[in-house]
Amino acid sequence: MNVRAIRSIYVFEMARAFRTLMTSILSPVITTSLYFVVFGSAIGSRIETIDGVAYGAFIVPGLMMLSILNESISNASFGIYLPKWSGTIYELLSAPVSHVEVIIGYVGAAASKSVLLGTLILLTARLFVPYEIVHPVWMVGFLILTAVTFSMFGFILGLWADSFEKLQVVPLLIVTPMTFLGGSFYSIKMLPPLWQKVTLLNPVVYLISGFRWSFYGTADVSVGVSLGMTLAFMLACLLGIRWIFATGHRLRA
Amino acid sequence: MIGDPPTTPAATRVSDPILSLRGVTKVYEGGLTALSAIDLDIERGEIFALLGPNGAGKTTLIGVVCGIVRPTSGQILADGYDVARDYRKARQAIGLVPQELSTDAFESVWSSVKFSRGLFGKRPDPAYLEGVLKALSLWDKRDDKIMTLSGGMKRRVLIAKALSHEPHILFLDEPTAGVDVELRRDMWAMVHELRKRGVTIILTTHYIEEAEQMADRIGVIDKGKIVLVERKNTLMRKLGQKQLILHLSKPSKVLPKGLEDHTLELSQDGYRLVYTFDKHQEDTGIANLLARLSQLGIEYTDLQTQQSSLEDIFVSLVRAPT
Ligand SMILES: Nc1ncnc2c1ncn2[C@@H]1O[C@H](COP(=O)(O)OP(=O)(O)OP(=O)(O)O)[C@@H](O)[C@H]1O
Ligand SMILES: [Mg+2]
Repeated sequence: MNVRAIRSIYVFEMARAFRTLMTSILSPVITTSLYFVVFGSAIGSRIETIDGVAYGAFIVPGLMMLSILNESISNASFGIYLPKWSGTIYELLSAPVSHVEVIIGYVGAAASKSVLLGTLILLTARLFVPYEIVHPVWMVGFLILTAVTFSMFGFILGLWADSFEKLQVVPLLIVTPMTFLGGSFYSIKMLPPLWQKVTLLNPVVYLISGFRWSFYGTADVSVGVSLGMTLAFMLACLLGIRWIFATGHRLRA
Repeated sequence: MIGDPPTTPAATRVSDPILSLRGVTKVYEGGLTALSAIDLDIERGEIFALLGPNGAGKTTLIGVVCGIVRPTSGQILADGYDVARDYRKARQAIGLVPQELSTDAFESVWSSVKFSRGLFGKRPDPAYLEGVLKALSLWDKRDDKIMTLSGGMKRRVLIAKALSHEPHILFLDEPTAGVDVELRRDMWAMVHELRKRGVTIILTTHYIEEAEQMADRIGVIDKGKIVLVERKNTLMRKLGQKQLILHLSKPSKVLPKGLEDHTLELSQDGYRLVYTFDKHQEDTGIANLLARLSQLGIEYTDLQTQQSSLEDIFVSLVRAPT
């Protein structure tokens, strides 16, 4: 294991985030605050409690997930796409590093940033609403699992994309709708019966449901199913990465 | 020059190669054969210049050795390690300065060089990196963002990155393209300095002058094939020679009697006598030869001298129909 290489990639990627502190950390925090102002305070005050949880508190886990998903994907995909685009990928390809080491470096950095961001949002939320965390260990577990999984997904996206357009179209057209429709702002029990069924096809539902369970002990779907689905998605991403590297395409001519 | 271009298959093999390619072929997706069954040995500690026209396969050749391009077939050993199977050890030995100026625009020189060293698994050594940057006149710029540097400076940053992990083998893909005369001379000096420290250097160039200045051996690649590998000195010796060509009035089947003690060749059609001489010698022997010819009553209608340059050899090699 070339641990120094992993560390180099990790440090390099983290430095990139801190250099662009405004976009990487600050803007999601501001966006989240706006959500709280609009949904939590303005609209939320007119919505009754959901499963006994005040609306403002109810949306905290969902908002965190929303940001973590977006940031994991965009960070990881950008991290590996940028060297491809600028040509500096030659160095990574000519270095004595294995695929696994490259993945640990990039995905690790992207996931770290997401976890950091999630924590920041959690702290920001405190300024607006009181909330409790019933299962803190599970909460951290879901947080890390989701961050890692979607960083891997982003990594795949970055490997696959051969233009900035493709890099942005997947988050925009697939991930954002999925997160918004995944129950960030509502309980799926509030949907008509048919849509309750349809929405179960959305993997994000399970992430948010499980995560919310770790906060308030109530969930749309059982926590076991949530965990299972999250792990299944992680496995799918792992296999995807393995397949891309096994075929060798997209990086080496 | 009469006779064949100096292609000597034996010259592609050396006894203690630091790098050896056997039957290396690269067919790109889409079917273009960029390298076709390349056999090449690079001697430990030498400077090897690879010449060839655009699209000849120079960058591809470097790419397959460094792990950027996957060879379609063939075997490559770098420092004794198979670049596919023992890729870690093989790549640790190699430094690469790419042809394109691809840099981490937003990084500082220092952090970029530090990153490279770590990526190759070397323990941090600020003193060594400082030495590298100073040697390349980059020390004052170490905290500058790379995007603020000039093209020549960026080229130096790429060299510093390639040297950051103390490689034994250094590839320079057109190091002096778009570089001014002064920097080019700096670059040459640096290459010689590295060679003194035991680094083997393989560089590509379009400037024949550069190959003459720097290389111990010169290889010419064209359409994915190595068409010549020769020691530079041997080549230069050939270049130091001139030919005097005499067009005879009457063709002769054999070399006329009485001329055996002169270094003469008769052309196939029997019309031309070719006398090869060293232009640097004080007595070229021309006067002697001409006197001898008139003694023997051999008449000629015309005489001319010619000299081939490395450029001529190069051009004749890469233009020859294959
Ligand atoms: N990634 C690629 N996919 C397909 N064809 C390629 C690729 N890279 C290079 N080629 C082709 O392979 C051939 C050799 O290219 P290469 O870059 O090795 O040439 P070169 O000798 O380095 O040329 P130059 O002097 O212009 O740098 C060219 O015909 C080129 O178009
Ligand atoms: Mg090239």
